[in-house]
Amino acid sequence: MAGNAWRSAVSRVVGAFKNATPQSRTFTRGMQTVTLIPGDGIGPEISVAVMKIFEAAKAPIQWEERNVTAIKGPGGKWMIPPDAKESMDKNKIGLKGPLKTPIAAGHPSMNLLLRKTFDLYANVRPCVSIEGYKTPYTDVNLVTIRENTEGEYSGIEHVIVDGVVQSIKLITEQASQRIAEYAFEYARNNQRASVTAVHKANIMRMSDGLFLRKCREAAEKHRDVKFTEMYLDTVCLNMVQDPTQFDVLVMPNLYGDILSDLCAGLIGGLGVTPSGNIGANGVAIFESVHGTAPDIAGKDMANPTALLLSAVMMLRHMGLHGHAKKIEAACFDTIRDEKVRTKDLGGNSKCSEFTDAICQRVRDMN
Amino acid sequence: MVQVPTQFDVLVMPNLYGDILSDLCAGLVGGLGVTPSGKIGANGAAIFESVHGTAPDIVGLDLANQTAMLLSTIMMLRHISLHDYRNKIRTACLDTIRDKKVLTEDLRGKSKLYLLSCAKNAVLMSRYCSYSSFSTDLRSYLAMLA
Repeated sequence: MAGNAWRSAVSRVVGAFKNATPQSRTFTRGMQTVTLIPGDGIGPEISVAVMKIFEAAKAPIQWEERNVTAIKGPGGKWMIPPDAKESMDKNKIGLKGPLKTPIAAGHPSMNLLLRKTFDLYANVRPCVSIEGYKTPYTDVNLVTIRENTEGEYSGIEHVIVDGVVQSIKLITEQASQRIAEYAFEYARNNQRASVTAVHKANIMRMSDGLFLRKCREAAEKHRDVKFTEMYLDTVCLNMVQDPTQFDVLVMPNLYGDILSDLCAGLIGGLGVTPSGNIGANGVAIFESVHGTAPDIAGKDMANPTALLLSAVMMLRHMGLHGHAKKIEAACFDTIRDEKVRTKDLGGNSKCSEFTDAICQRVRDMN
Repeated sequence: MVQVPTQFDVLVMPNLYGDILSDLCAGLVGGLGVTPSGKIGANGAAIFESVHGTAPDIVGLDLANQTAMLLSTIMMLRHISLHDYRNKIRTACLDTIRDKKVLTEDLRGKSKLYLLSCAKNAVLMSRYCSYSSFSTDLRSYLAMLA
């Protein structure tokens, strides 16, 4: 699709001009501004918790809060507010809490809107067993990388005749190549030993076949990372028996949707699982993927772990490994200690108490 | 499913999701070696099958575990309403596994006598249930195996 290539080339050039401001992206020195989207429900309170912990850790991050609730732009098209878009385009890095999609008729899914606005093509979920939070599975340490723009979720459906509906699974060379290369780059940058492509190319020979081919090509360019291929059903069967055999998994949209939640379940659920969305032009939005939990909003009961671990992912993405390690260790130590834990982790503490405990540990490590 | 599988009962779904979930759930109970399966067709046709592979490396070595095949057969017996036979064979099979004395290698035992043990348990049960023809058949089968 030549049009897309041209458009992305133009936006890259324009982006370069936009970025030639003094407040540019130097990740290793000086304060870095990050767009913070607190979200709805428990979003604001867990965002406050993360900001507090980051301050205690003296992380060189300053937050620019923005609201992304969709508005109708000129021409009646739903879009995210211009100041939010501008902030993300400038800062490139964002941290987002849970969003609720308003029930108003025709209102688009907020996550879908963000995805389309910033071309967030890769959804990355590291799933690591949390010591002190027991689940039936131990020593889980894997990463799911999901292609997030096409595949089975292209939204192309039509009625053939009454009672017969067809849904198109769209797989393109460009998107497959992009996600495959990202997966190997991620493996390299995060010292992961292997990448496994998850597919059903035995059944969907052309679509998954194309995806698999692009993965194999990317593997050729990254021979330092081991490459394997496995059928999706075999992955699921083996995953529930021995998840420790898996490392980085890359897959198309639907399989990623399923597997990322499955793996989150292995380590304790969406309340403790971080997530990152990588977009074109260097944009990356890290987010907690649990719900807004309106029943406990404002009651100081929320567990900020998911958002905090996503923020830690963000720090690593920015190269701030020292701060990332410190905050992550403080968080895991607090959970392992079992003295101060929120209700969903089996404790009785308030969100603020849990946050303070982590802050104290971080300060002790400084 | 990986957190609390006991919350689920019967799940119905389209093809791809079923491919994934059926293997996932088989994994939860121990894998394809112990999972039964049945395919229902139009016009009353039904084929029951074990869904594991052919395991060419252990063919003919008397090491195979027939649980999947046996449990699928049990599914078949229920399908054709032979409930008593079904219950008996099922109990014999599950008791043998629970007993842990005679297990094939994949069930973490080393025994080659698993089928024999199942059969013996089934015979014992038939004596108590007085299905004499059934136990006669089984006894002759045992004699054949011995």
